[in-house]
Amino acid sequence: MLFRTLADPTRRALFERLCREGEQTVGALTAQSGVSQPAVSKHLGVLRQAGLVRDRHEGRQTHYSAQLGALAPLIDWTSQMAGFWQSRFDHLEDLLKRMDQ
Amino acid sequence: MSEPATETLSVIVEREIAYAPEKIWRALTQPHLIAEWLMNNDFQPVMDHRFNLRGDWGAVDCQVTAVEPNKTLAYTWAAMGLESVVTWTLTPTSTGTHLRMEQSGFRPDQQQAYQGAKFGWRKFFAGIERVVGGLS
Repeated sequence: MLFRTLADPTRRALFERLCREGEQTVGALTAQSGVSQPAVSKHLGVLRQAGLVRDRHEGRQTHYSAQLGALAPLIDWTSQMAGFWQSRFDHLEDLLKRMDQ
Repeated sequence: MSEPATETLSVIVEREIAYAPEKIWRALTQPHLIAEWLMNNDFQPVMDHRFNLRGDWGAVDCQVTAVEPNKTLAYTWAAMGLESVVTWTLTPTSTGTHLRMEQSGFRPDQQQAYQGAKFGWRKFFAGIERVVGGLS
C-alpha cells in the first residue's frame, strides 16, 4: 500500500514537499506542482487514505501536512517480514502434517 | 558480514515442530514442497545456485550460501529494495525439531534512507525512489 502510493512520481513529489516544507494549502502545492488543482487534490486524497498526510480545514482553505509515522514500515522492514514468516511457518506445519513419512 | 552490527536488523522466528529434521529438510529443499508453503521456485540445494521465489506481487532473487543437509540452509533474499540473508537451522529435540529462521540484513541504501529521514530529506526520498522503482 505504502509502496504503491509512493510509486507515482507526482504523488511522491507532493509528499516530499510536505515533508521538507511542512504544512501547505492545496493552492500552494498546486502552484509548484505543474499539474492541475483537481489532480493535486486527487493525489492528496490517495496520500490521505494511505495515512501519509493529514488535512486540516481553515476557512475555505484546506491545509495538508505529512504524517511521518506512516513511513515506519518503509524504514523497518522487520515488522513486515516477521508477520510474513509467522504465516509461512503455519503453512509449513500444515504441509508437514500432509506429507508422507 | 563486513558491516558493523549496528547496521544489521534481523527477524527471527523459532518453533518446536513435532517432526524429525529429515522430514523438515525435505519441505525446505524440494521445489514442489517449497511451493506448497512458501512460493513457486526453481530452488536446488546446491551451493551458489541462483533461484527465484515467485509470488503474485513479484519475485525474490536468491542464491544459496550454505547447505548442510538436515542442519543448515541459507540463501540470500533480495526483493523490494531489501538485501538480506535467510538462514534456517534445524536442531533435533526429544520430540522432533527446533526450527529457527533468521532473516538478517540492512541494505546500505536503506541505512542511508533511514539516516536521511533523520538528517535530510533528499537522501531519504532517493532511497524510497529506489525501493518503489522496482514496482513500476
